[in-house]
Amino acid sequence: MTETGSIQSTVQAITTALKDKPGALLPILHGIQDALGYIPPESVADIAKTVNLSRAEVHGVISFYHYFRKTAPGKHTIHLCRAESCQSMGSKQLEEHVKTRLGIDFHETTADGKFSLEPVYCLGNCACSPAMQIDNEIYGRVSANSFDAALNEVEELA
Amino acid sequence: MSITIYVPGDSSAVSLGADRVATAIANEAAKRSLDIRLIRNGSRGMFWLEPLVEVLTENGRVAYGPVQTGDVAGLFDANFTQGGSHPLCLGLTEELDYLKKQQRLTFARIGLTDPVSLDDYIANDGYRGLSNALKLPQADIVKAVTDSGLRGRGGAAFPTGIKWNTVLNTPSEQKYIICNADEGDSGTFSDRMVMEGDPFVLIEGMTIAGIAVGATQGYIYLRVEYPYAHVALNTAIEKAYQAGYLGADIQGSGKKFDLEVRLGAGAYICGEETSLMESLEGKRGLVRFKPPLPAISGLFGKPTVVNNVISLASVPIILDRGGDYYRDFGMGRSRGTLPLQLAGNIKHGGLVELAFGLTLRELLYDFGGGSASGRPIRAVQVGGPLGAYLPESQFDTPLDYEAFAAIWAVLGHGGIVVFDDTVDMAEMARYSMEFCAIESCGKCTPCRIGSTRGYEVIDDIIAGRDLDKNIPLLRDLCNTLLNGSLCALGGMTPYPVLSALNHFPEDFGIKDKAEAV
Ligand SMILES: Cc1cc2nc3c(=O)[nH]c(=O)nc-3n(C[C@H](O)[C@H](O)[C@H](O)COP(=O)(O)O)c2cc1C
Ligand code: SF4
Ligand code: FES
Repeated sequence: MTETGSIQSTVQAITTALKDKPGALLPILHGIQDALGYIPPESVADIAKTVNLSRAEVHGVISFYHYFRKTAPGKHTIHLCRAESCQSMGSKQLEEHVKTRLGIDFHETTADGKFSLEPVYCLGNCACSPAMQIDNEIYGRVSANSFDAALNEVEELA
Repeated sequence: MSITIYVPGDSSAVSLGADRVATAIANEAAKRSLDIRLIRNGSRGMFWLEPLVEVLTENGRVAYGPVQTGDVAGLFDANFTQGGSHPLCLGLTEELDYLKKQQRLTFARIGLTDPVSLDDYIANDGYRGLSNALKLPQADIVKAVTDSGLRGRGGAAFPTGIKWNTVLNTPSEQKYIICNADEGDSGTFSDRMVMEGDPFVLIEGMTIAGIAVGATQGYIYLRVEYPYAHVALNTAIEKAYQAGYLGADIQGSGKKFDLEVRLGAGAYICGEETSLMESLEGKRGLVRFKPPLPAISGLFGKPTVVNNVISLASVPIILDRGGDYYRDFGMGRSRGTLPLQLAGNIKHGGLVELAFGLTLRELLYDFGGGSASGRPIRAVQVGGPLGAYLPESQFDTPLDYEAFAAIWAVLGHGGIVVFDDTVDMAEMARYSMEFCAIESCGKCTPCRIGSTRGYEVIDDIIAGRDLDKNIPLLRDLCNTLLNGSLCALGGMTPYPVLSALNHFPEDFGIKDKAEAV
């Protein structure tokens, strides 16, 4: 199957399986992003048709939520906390380090496609600030050094 | 006999290496042919000691912490499986001051048990509240909650019993219970700890709520940033179904209650209850006009209880011990206990559940031990990103809803973020405006446009441009936000901004406090 074809069939399978839930759109979008890493813009029409909404409505929902992506992420996504508690423990300096080390800003992906960087507003790890997530893994009391170590570890596993 | 060892599975403990420590302990025990039972408990909430490893001995549970993988072989050498002495040994967990001084009602089981073991839950007073509720008329369940004096722990502190009563008395063929597990406030993690550390207590609380008001469907709206809580809740829900604690015929009572977790998608505003319901309905999270109240016309237009995780998780003990028992804790109109969260630049960060009434200073120093950096504490933000910054002169305020309101501050969800004297309060004020701009749902102009204007003005102030013009402009903007916003995101962003300006004018380039007006 072509890549577009497989994306289409994944989207279709998820959308059909979930469409009868009350308020199905968010579970559907989560399902698609879990499977593909993002919500391909070309799938909006299919989703809209299956759940009986206009394309504009589906598009509006995807755009409203920070978590939903319209472009493919890097192999790993780093969520770096920007909120107050982490700021009180030096997250701004850490943020500078992370951006320099990766050579990207928030909402960007490294050229080699390995890492995407996203801001997050609290991970509930505020007693161990500064905090971040790499994919589903959580890290606390992150320093420039421990960030580098975590990054290396993730790269080695890859 | 096998040895029982506890290593928290709580995500904060994991963020400090608890998973690796658990693996190292299992491997080391295998190497030494020791028969151990490794339990991944919730966290005791003393995060400077995590990963906190506990061993069950005949004298009680002995704590070791903070343990790193490199310590594990040494711990075995020191015979820690029998409570042996070691530099990391903290003594009996229950005797640790931080825990001993607390009044844990809602958090009674957290850290003690295996969070997803229904047997553990039941063996530790679980489902006693539900069992009582099933014998009571609906109005009496609601009355117990009203009598307890419980006020919503999500932020607005509205009396829970009154809300339930409205839903009970609004006839409808379908009603809903929604648990607000969006916990968007920075500096807070009590909801997370409950969901990861004792998910059954939330499930029980929601089930009681459903029976009380006649709702048969519940939703937990969980923020996507909490993947560990998601797994714990789904595991516990499945077990509750299998054991007949959820479903069509709860414990043979003929009462029905179904429960499902739904994930948010990184929007702070979806913690606001009407935005949350829009989101659950599959839409953009635009805030709704009130009235109608959600209790009358909520999710899909049906009567709906929306309560915070802590509010709902406090219900089982109220139904178990009675409203009066809970009400006997606290002061004034703030009854019961509040799980406070000590965060940020604090030496002993963690979860402190206490009756209302302790002062902020006692919390910061007697529990928190002062700042993590060792520098003086200069400012404390209480109640999340929409909460005011308090200067040292206000640290003697008792932790009580009314006492905080009296100094133009809020207790909110009980999050306390500490800053030392290196903080720049103009930067913090700027951040508050920026956060409002990023998270605004866009429905009202003051919030949508005013917040962007707000951080631009603060940028000018930080650059020292036209203070005599820009300070009054910032105050004007704040007034517009205060008075012209549909919800508290726009309506309360002035709390952190103006409190920063009023208490720390020097950070805004104002030398004489009188010029700060
Ligand atoms: C911008 C905004 C964000 C909110 N976020 C949350 C939240 O994350 N969790 C929560 O329980 N309540 C939150 N609330 C409060 C809810 O609107 C609502 O009052 C609460 O869920 C009711 O439950 P309670 O009475 O048990 O507190 C928020 C309110 C606003 C205005
Ligand atoms: S104040 Fe802001 S977040 Fe609240 S309804 Fe208005 S625009 Fe939306
Ligand atoms: S503020 Fe960063 S984890 Fe909560």
